[in-house]
Amino acid sequence: MELLTIDSVRTAVTGGTKTAVAFAEEHFARIVAEDGPAGPDSPDAKGINSYLTLSRERALAQAAKVDAAVAAGETLGPLAGVPIGIKDVLTMVGSAATAGSRILEGYRPPYDATAVAKLEAAGAVLLGKLNCDEFAMGSSNENSAYGLVRNPRALDRVPGGSSGGSAAAVAADFAVATLGTDTGGSIRQPAAFCGVVGVLPTYGRVSRYGLIAFASSLDRVGPFTRTVKDAATMLEVLAGKDERDATSSDKAVGSYVSDLEKPVAGLRVGVPAEYFGEGLDSEIRAAIERVLDGLRALGCVVQPVSLPHTKYAVPTYYVIATAEASSNLSRFDGVRFGLRAEEANTLSAMYRRTRDAGFGPEVKRRILLGTYALSAGYYDAYYKKAQQVRTLLTRDFLTAFEQVDVIVSPVTPTPAFKLGEKTDDPVKMYLEDIYSVAASLAGICGVSVPCGNTKDGLPIGVQIMGKHFDEGTMLRVAAVVEDLEF
Amino acid sequence: MSSSAGVSLDDVKRVAELANLELTAEEEPRMQRDLNAILGHIAELNELDTTGVPAMAQVGEILGLLTQENGEALRVDAIRPSVDRMAVMASAPETDGRFFKVPKVIER
Repeated sequence: MELLTIDSVRTAVTGGTKTAVAFAEEHFARIVAEDGPAGPDSPDAKGINSYLTLSRERALAQAAKVDAAVAAGETLGPLAGVPIGIKDVLTMVGSAATAGSRILEGYRPPYDATAVAKLEAAGAVLLGKLNCDEFAMGSSNENSAYGLVRNPRALDRVPGGSSGGSAAAVAADFAVATLGTDTGGSIRQPAAFCGVVGVLPTYGRVSRYGLIAFASSLDRVGPFTRTVKDAATMLEVLAGKDERDATSSDKAVGSYVSDLEKPVAGLRVGVPAEYFGEGLDSEIRAAIERVLDGLRALGCVVQPVSLPHTKYAVPTYYVIATAEASSNLSRFDGVRFGLRAEEANTLSAMYRRTRDAGFGPEVKRRILLGTYALSAGYYDAYYKKAQQVRTLLTRDFLTAFEQVDVIVSPVTPTPAFKLGEKTDDPVKMYLEDIYSVAASLAGICGVSVPCGNTKDGLPIGVQIMGKHFDEGTMLRVAAVVEDLEF
Repeated sequence: MSSSAGVSLDDVKRVAELANLELTAEEEPRMQRDLNAILGHIAELNELDTTGVPAMAQVGEILGLLTQENGEALRVDAIRPSVDRMAVMASAPETDGRFFKVPKVIER
């Protein structure tokens, strides 16, 4: 069966061969039948658990509006009628926002995230909110307070995290595209595990207004899609300055879709030896080598580059991300929204009990680590040291990008691992991010593109990293990689 | 990061208090074990001499994006409507409709 793309849905809707309402209803029917736990009344259910809530009313009203615009012969947006899901760390009026946490239970945000509003303004039909690791903290989507997510490509395996629901929904045909967020790999890694395309835009490229913050110097919003062209379409809609997000950039947004037509011959492709060391799965290594052969055949100049501080990226990341998280998550205190512990007599007891009852173990672990790194006597040794190493990691990329146009590497050291395999060992889980966190710290853009499967049929992803604000070149290379035969 | 003594149970309790977290007796030793494992990994940063390397808070600094003159990256300081108060209060655990209500602040 040919899976839908943004292009195919938009063509059908604007051409009048199928309505936006019909596309939405079909998706809702499939989600209801297949996403939940199996049981006597749900024979087709796979227990993927990608959606936390469906926004049926809002979706169908929007779909009807799109269909009316088609009937009236109006000009339609680039996402007209396209069913899209939203990671539940972004706010959307009419839907609960949980961030995968008990502490936000019952919270219904009174405003739309800018990314959400932009998608809808472009004609997208927003189906609902997608499961994720609690406050986007995790690499396996096993940290959600609302249950784990299964990988649609292998139901006994993790979909990756933290945007596991967003990747799984695209892979399982529960949405044509989705929004995720990436702080240390949370878009690229689940995209690789589920066999879909996932884009980490440059820091500042996409507004974060309405994103429930994890680590503000790292958090980014980006799309999951089935094709690179769809990703380019999504990015063109999402990118741009937002006066509600002071960190968003006013740099001109590229013509990402039309850029895909430009040839790749002559582009310089860097290969960092540091990303091909010990611990890299041999089938993934072979797949990346096939990608490089394919790029050579298309006239790209493949050459080695050095990113000498790579091995320090994970420890640097886990200091900076947890320090920022400990500060950002102090706002969850039972006063303004979400959960409040009932049995507390004083304000301070209420704070502590609310946070104890509301946060899961991984979130507590990271708040404690971040608080420790920022506490008196440790600040210089941990936080300042990590900020200095972050400068070195960023300089690595700036130097490499003087010599090459893009950098190609694996996304993950292994294919999707089994559920429960790494939950007992946080360091092991954190090392899962070894190839993704450096790009996060340096603020550059990256994309994960499917490049074949392992012998066991598990998807493999290749990461293409681009210069700051050069998503156009990065996606152009991604598009030819997508077309290679594996 | 020079101390290799690691995080003690008392450290865990102190940091939990700073973070307004109330850990159970069961959680405390587990967090102590995990923090020590993670900090052990983080100690690898000590291999690097970072003397004279500037600390980086976010990428805009290193790209020179934050140095625009006259602060033109800032928006105009003008009054505009904010989110509706009633809509905000609707999500509060306890409210009189105008204010958030909390338990007693001063402890005696």
